[in-house]
Amino acid sequence: MSQVAAITTAIEPAESPLTPESWGKLGMWIFLAADAMSFGALLAGYGALRYGSADWPMPANVLGIGLTAFMTFLLICSSVTMVLALAAIQRGDLRGLRTFLLLTVLGGLMFLGMQAYEWTHLIHRGLTLTGNPFGAKLFGTTFFIITGFHGAHVTGGVIYLSCYLVQALLGRVAQANANAIEIAALYWHFVDLVWILVFTFVYLL
Amino acid sequence: MAAAHKRPNYIGVFWWLLALTVIEIAVIYLPIARLLIGILLVGLALSKASLVAMYFMHLKFEARTLGLIALTPLVLCVLLIFALLPDLSATPHRTTESPQVSASPH
Repeated sequence: MSQVAAITTAIEPAESPLTPESWGKLGMWIFLAADAMSFGALLAGYGALRYGSADWPMPANVLGIGLTAFMTFLLICSSVTMVLALAAIQRGDLRGLRTFLLLTVLGGLMFLGMQAYEWTHLIHRGLTLTGNPFGAKLFGTTFFIITGFHGAHVTGGVIYLSCYLVQALLGRVAQANANAIEIAALYWHFVDLVWILVFTFVYLL
Repeated sequence: MAAAHKRPNYIGVFWWLLALTVIEIAVIYLPIARLLIGILLVGLALSKASLVAMYFMHLKFEARTLGLIALTPLVLCVLLIFALLPDLSATPHRTTESPQVSASPH
């Protein structure tokens, strides 16, 4: 037995891993760092085009701040329900996980619905990918690409979380799976974090 | 590691995020210089993003190196802005509020 213990000690890695729970969590963090760079590049490009433009409209005059402020509120709420879902499964409360995960998915769906409404409204007013009656054409291009890229992330997140919601409803998620939920939660919070930046740079600034 | 730490006050963080969002919207209507509004908005947005990362994504309770991984894109984006600066300075720049048309013909 002592020999086995000695061998086990001998192969112990010199450094503890960054995420002792699982490699999946580290993988998600690295993916998110890379994904943040995509958004960062889009926002930096937006800044450069706007700075170089002579007739860039004031976003607050063209875009609806009230609706998007509510969309921000909605995503913040869905982030809170997501942490509560994770906290529930970490203490083995499957019922709590189901409730809070359902609320998170609903928050995401409502966000997407409002974005669809906002886009439709703006397109009817003439703002498209290649046209903008309020000034610089690139305003429309950058607006739809950045909010669209974010909307695609929300759509991905809703699908991702819905898979776990179905599993939870079928009773196939247990306390032992808390790490998988934690990884999904990281993605969802990232989508919220990016929206906070998009809301400021594209709508408010 | 995330399960071992004391659970943060999520509802408290929610109220902070909500308050900062309301302040952000109020700031854009303040009768102060656009540059100052811009600085305030960026500061507020980064504070909100940090709150989400530190408490909701539990970065505050993770290994320090993981935080450095998360910070990498921010550093790269600042570098990217500096890389774009030469292009920006080559473009004639005017204010965005109301495009002024030059009165004198060229």
